[in-house]
Amino acid sequence: MTVVRSKVLPGDCIGEAPPGPIPANTYKIGNKLYTLKIGLAEVEEKEVKFIPLAGPYIPRINDFVIGTVIDLNAFTWDVDINSLYTAHLPSQDVFGRNFSPTSHSLSEQFKVGDMLTAKIVAYDRTRDPLLTVREPGLGKVVRGEPVVLSPSKVPRLIGKKGSMAKIIESKSKTKLIIGQNGVIIVQGPPDGIVLAIKAIHLIEEKAHVASLTNMINELLSKGV
Amino acid sequence: MIKLIDENGLRLDGRKFDELRPVRIEVGVIKNANGSAYIEHGKNKIIAAVYGPREVHPKHLLIPDRAIIRCRYHMSPFSTDERKPPQPTRREIEISLVLRRAMECVLFLEDYPRSIIDVYVEVLQSDGGSRCASITAISAALADSGISMRDLIVGCASGKADGQIILDLSDIEDKEGEGDMPVAYMPNLDKITLLQFDGIFSEYEFKKALDLAIMGNKKIYEILRKALMEKYFKTEEK
Repeated sequence: MTVVRSKVLPGDCIGEAPPGPIPANTYKIGNKLYTLKIGLAEVEEKEVKFIPLAGPYIPRINDFVIGTVIDLNAFTWDVDINSLYTAHLPSQDVFGRNFSPTSHSLSEQFKVGDMLTAKIVAYDRTRDPLLTVREPGLGKVVRGEPVVLSPSKVPRLIGKKGSMAKIIESKSKTKLIIGQNGVIIVQGPPDGIVLAIKAIHLIEEKAHVASLTNMINELLSKGV
Repeated sequence: MIKLIDENGLRLDGRKFDELRPVRIEVGVIKNANGSAYIEHGKNKIIAAVYGPREVHPKHLLIPDRAIIRCRYHMSPFSTDERKPPQPTRREIEISLVLRRAMECVLFLEDYPRSIIDVYVEVLQSDGGSRCASITAISAALADSGISMRDLIVGCASGKADGQIILDLSDIEDKEGEGDMPVAYMPNLDKITLLQFDGIFSEYEFKKALDLAIMGNKKIYEILRKALMEKYFKTEEK
């Protein structure tokens, strides 16, 4: 089975629309499929895939995100998750059902400027995303260097079954905390952090290139 | 009275009736913007920047089921021969409205409810046809930002000078000629999103001018495609 890969711009026709639901970031006129963004189209017999190379982060339920607290009031923290919407973390999620604004202080847990890892528990078109930090591994980020990547390139950074991220972690001796919203925290020794950030920037620049894994290996072997 | 077309059929700048001025497009020129582009169309030099989609401020403007576009077209005081005052003129307000309407039909605004897309166009140097060049620049900036678009849009004007239908009017041809017709066009869908007309044409002349403008738009579309491909895919060729 041959896979035809092509570079496409918005409005390009990528073939016949498949029966059933159409791929994300495409639209249909009659029985023809057109693209909505710049990206790569893969057509294999009757199956069509489209990988966009640009675009904002649209929240989805159960997405793991990394955000920065930008404001707080009596009942919630407002968190910037690198999206078109500001997310909210309710105080009851942190303090429990016995929360009271008079006896609990929000700024003691998360101040403005703090980074935190969270999960999106609720989002729809009518309201802003709601976060939770209750699950293990979620909460305030206390160390590491933040890096922002285009959200459409996060799958490339992770790789098939996490392979690309593992290569970067092992060769730079760092740990990567990757948010689906394109925010990444790099933790480790200073040299390792610099090397890992270089690798992430290379992925940002060359996500569409087939030989990217080799390029990353080469970069990481050279060192800082 | 200035003669705009000589006995050989050549215009003041040496072009034939159906020739475009040189066009150059560069994408991704403003790092802070979500998408941006710079265009040189003849002597026009224009920058377009797109910010968003992002949260709406003031909140009372937001629409619950789609995004809003806010467009500002501005000519810098040094963009024309005579200094232009910096405050918005009636022409700039009109062009801002016209550009916004041209964009609204091409974007999938329903994909970004309760948000706003801010589009800024700054004309650094003007020489006729700046609204058409602005449309091309905005289209490149929108594609660069990754906002869902039905198609790319390009803009090109046709008009009449010395009784002849010509393509891509310069400033002097616009001022001294007999008609000017800016057209914005979606090439893949073969649809027009902006059509303005100023002058006196017969029905035949109107059809001829429209066909000429669409032909010019298709040529500019190829240049726009090349510029976007250059930015997003050139690293593979290295």
